[in-house]
Amino acid sequence: MSTETDPGPGITKGSGTQADQIENRRARRVLFGCAVITVLTTLAIFFVLFDNAASYFWSSRITEAIFLGEPFEREITFTEFFTGTRWAPEHATPAHGILPVAFGTLAITVGAAFVSIPIGTATALYISEYASKSVRSKLKPTLEVLAGIPTIVYGYFAIAFINPVVVGPIADALFGINVGRYSMVSGMLVVGIMTIPMVSSISEDAMQAVPDELRNGAYALGATKYDVSLSVVVPAAISGIFASYILAVSRAIGETMAVTLAAGFNANITANPFSEIMTMTAYMVSMARGTSAVGTVEYQSLFAVGLVLFVMTLSMNLLNDHLKRRFQEEYQ
Amino acid sequence: MSTDTSDDTGEELFGDVDLGWEHLKNRIFLGIVFAAAMFGVVALGLLLLDIATDFYVGVTEFNINLGEFLTRDGSRREELAGFRGAIVASIMLMGVTAFLSFFVGVGSAIYLEEYAPKNRVTRLIEANLANLAGVPSIVYGLLALAALRNGIGLGPIVLVGGVALALLVMPIIIVSTQEALRAVPDGVRRGSYATGATKWQTIRRVVLPAALPGIFTGTILALARAIGETAPLLMVGALFVNRIPYGPFDRFSGMPTQIYAWAAEPSQHFIHLAAIGIVVLLTMMLFMNGVAVYLRNKYETEV
Repeated sequence: MSTETDPGPGITKGSGTQADQIENRRARRVLFGCAVITVLTTLAIFFVLFDNAASYFWSSRITEAIFLGEPFEREITFTEFFTGTRWAPEHATPAHGILPVAFGTLAITVGAAFVSIPIGTATALYISEYASKSVRSKLKPTLEVLAGIPTIVYGYFAIAFINPVVVGPIADALFGINVGRYSMVSGMLVVGIMTIPMVSSISEDAMQAVPDELRNGAYALGATKYDVSLSVVVPAAISGIFASYILAVSRAIGETMAVTLAAGFNANITANPFSEIMTMTAYMVSMARGTSAVGTVEYQSLFAVGLVLFVMTLSMNLLNDHLKRRFQEEYQ
Repeated sequence: MSTDTSDDTGEELFGDVDLGWEHLKNRIFLGIVFAAAMFGVVALGLLLLDIATDFYVGVTEFNINLGEFLTRDGSRREELAGFRGAIVASIMLMGVTAFLSFFVGVGSAIYLEEYAPKNRVTRLIEANLANLAGVPSIVYGLLALAALRNGIGLGPIVLVGGVALALLVMPIIIVSTQEALRAVPDGVRRGSYATGATKWQTIRRVVLPAALPGIFTGTILALARAIGETAPLLMVGALFVNRIPYGPFDRFSGMPTQIYAWAAEPSQHFIHLAAIGIVVLLTMMLFMNGVAVYLRNKYETEV
């Protein structure tokens, strides 16, 4: 070992010259500024949604009321908004009950979950527990393609194939119902299909994280693969699996183009899966299609609906974060 | 399932287990999970087949000329409608999105990965990032609509759509950049520090060059996702514009919004135009993904 302590020529003591240090601090500040932009984005979303949603309920934005002194005139009560069963803010005799469009979103989400959760979980079990290495290396990227296809393409698939070729004939043959251009069930199907890869890939990651010792222990006791899959792997990976469900549900709630082209624009609460319904996102698209000018009730209603949508997905995401943290703690 | 074997002697170890049933159950279960795995594959196959069929029918039965389709702008008249304006708008949009999201995204990732102390602010930024990634794309459209299009009165222009898409893909770029930075071995950093370099010099001259292929790959993949996003563009009002935008301050309708406009028409001719538009969109996405994979494979071994 050398006892030489004298730094060679050209190497200054400490790290860098003073100018370098100043440059380093400046770079750090700029980079921190970049990171702060992401936080500002969230704050801006909150601000814009609350500010404009206020104009829907009281006719003036909060900022307008504060800075321009514009009065709060109209009253759409929260009772009407959250419990009314007719949604037609743009109608000549307007109605402001969000329930029909909230029902649409809920129906599509639940229906899609009935498709994506069982199929996605079973797919994850197949890939994680049964598939050979070569099958796995082909199946996973294939399903990832499914996740990468733009939602507008799924919307096209629904309106050009699922609804007229799959749902229509089945409804006609079994129930004698004539399905129109749009139907609730094709919305459920198409959103279900597009969320399968989210469930399968995240669940599969969780299943892969289950230590092999647990499996081997069960095999040593004489358990079959079926027992190991359902009684060992699934319980051990359960928080990761739930996280994938929540992510899929959150995605289904916010899904726009596929449901718009699959389920349509008719806001009503119905138990008939073959009828046309409207989700919250579809309502927003229908407003964007029209020429709703700033200051009209239609324009303002966009933000009230958007705020409800944002709060719904945000709570799902927070729940997902919580589960993910638990899931990481278990295997680290 | 588990059985009570405490009283069993060796020879009747499986006395109360119906092995035939166990085998059957296992086979049925394998059948179920295999069928589920195939469901996704079949759905993907049907989707691609449907689009390919409609593309073919559009070209043959509806006499849509591909050359004219790519060189004409949109039109209310189905036999005159083309995709050129939408293609140019989308490419312009990607340029704006890439410019706006790349530097901020990479900067945030460098801060989080290299500088950020482990404190409450950092945790807040990271938790916020995870939540931003889950915000529905239509909400970014609402933000751009209220703040930029109407708030400061920019109107439904390319720049406004680009901001919405840039905010949307920012979390994706940040996460992929963080992964690329993490893949640079710590020994490389220490070697640089040992020569007396500051943190910033190390990042700029050593870490970033090594991580750049990974960063570009992630960015291209993020842009490939952005190019198909429809809802934010619809919210800022990018619809019913047929011609080529003359710059980032011009009105526009991108490829996905044009496809939506066509797919929502009742006429079969328009539906098939939408199918051909989708083929163009998917081809472009495939190309971008190809470039990303090529970059990854080319530089993967060198880092």
